[in-house]
Amino acid sequence: MIGIVDYQVGNVGNVLRALKVLDFDAGVIGNPLLVTKDTDTLILPGVGAFGPAMESLEKSGWATFLNAWNKKGLPILGICLGMQLMCDKSLENGVHKGLGFIQGTVTSLGTQKLPHMGWNNITWNGRTPLLASSVPDGTFFFFVHSFALFESPDTAATTRLENKDFVSIIVKDNLAGFQFHPERSGLHGLRLLGTTLSYLMGI
Amino acid sequence: MLTKRIIPCLDVKNGRVVKGVRFKNLRDAGNPAQLAEFYMNENADELVFLDISASWEKRRTMLKWVQDVADRIFIPFTVGGGISSLEQAREIISFGADKISLNTAAVNDPGLVKKCADLLGSQAVVVAIDVKLTIQGNWEVYVEGGKTPTGKDAIQWAKEVERLGCGEILLTSMDKDGTKSGYDNEIIRKIMSSIKVPLIASGGAGEMEHILDTFNAGSDAALAASIFHFGDIRIKELKTYLQKHNIPVRR
Repeated sequence: MIGIVDYQVGNVGNVLRALKVLDFDAGVIGNPLLVTKDTDTLILPGVGAFGPAMESLEKSGWATFLNAWNKKGLPILGICLGMQLMCDKSLENGVHKGLGFIQGTVTSLGTQKLPHMGWNNITWNGRTPLLASSVPDGTFFFFVHSFALFESPDTAATTRLENKDFVSIIVKDNLAGFQFHPERSGLHGLRLLGTTLSYLMGI
Repeated sequence: MLTKRIIPCLDVKNGRVVKGVRFKNLRDAGNPAQLAEFYMNENADELVFLDISASWEKRRTMLKWVQDVADRIFIPFTVGGGISSLEQAREIISFGADKISLNTAAVNDPGLVKKCADLLGSQAVVVAIDVKLTIQGNWEVYVEGGKTPTGKDAIQWAKEVERLGCGEILLTSMDKDGTKSGYDNEIIRKIMSSIKVPLIASGGAGEMEHILDTFNAGSDAALAASIFHFGDIRIKELKTYLQKHNIPVRR
């Protein structure tokens, strides 16, 4: 079963809806103590600012739980802020330590127009042929964010905005992350979400 | 490359889409969820629903259709119309809308914009601004569906709501709305140069060229109603046309 981590940051309903359409057995989990034995994968969603979200993860016990989960090599998929939270740190409104699963620092997009809102396309870097086979180079996804990861050894795809390339997909062993919202990116978004989860779960 | 967005707008009253949508093969042209799915398949980039029910009590039915829409589509949608409290905004988001749009309530209580942005995130808060050109040559903000002038200057108000944390501005020119003579790109340019958040142009679309013009003027998204609903312009054809004119669009 896929557990959607609910730590009171943003709406988890649309992620759940997408998983149901994809025929995954999934549920929202409001407390790490409620993670059932049959849960094999966690999704870390999230919107808003990095600092308060990290604080909420720590206070609720999720940060400790996710650390142990990751040490066991179990799958985690981060979406939007959820992907950023898996990184070493973020410079959003000060310096904030992240979960540290993914090497890299989240910084401001620094673009003229902020936030980066709307449909933008991705370019795979060749590291993850299986995922790349589900949606081709140039596929559009829905983005809403003002901060991003610009460099990481775990980059799987990048996206260009005002001549800057940022990391839009990360993949590392048991971990994957999307800077965009696959659950709001139409049929291609659903397809990539499904393929990525199946890949992480070893299906 | 970030693409320009095409956004059909649907008016909903007592849970039904009004002002008619004339397409063949739609079993129920008044059903918000069915229309939402239709437009998702037409390749619309987002949808905006405006609830024009007379009272909030009637709008309780809103939550039902918002949920139905969320169950059917996997592209972002915004819900606006008469939202006047944080609780209402939170409820609509929790039923599956991606964004809420504030208009009159934002003018009456600017603090509401900040409260919504703090709780729901800026990305979920759109401020709709209805403007009209004055004899003095500036643009004034109107509220209550365009009935009441506020004395507020449109450019100042746009800056103010951006400062309060809204993630996007939906600008409607009342002079142009319904005329099918093109968007008011003059005020759009003026506002665009004073804010950083994206701007959705609204009011006046009659032809594909009007949408091209407003994108060339800098608008991030173009909203229209009747031209899409009556089938005057099909979104797929519009996107082909825009692409031919070097406007980046999602295909």
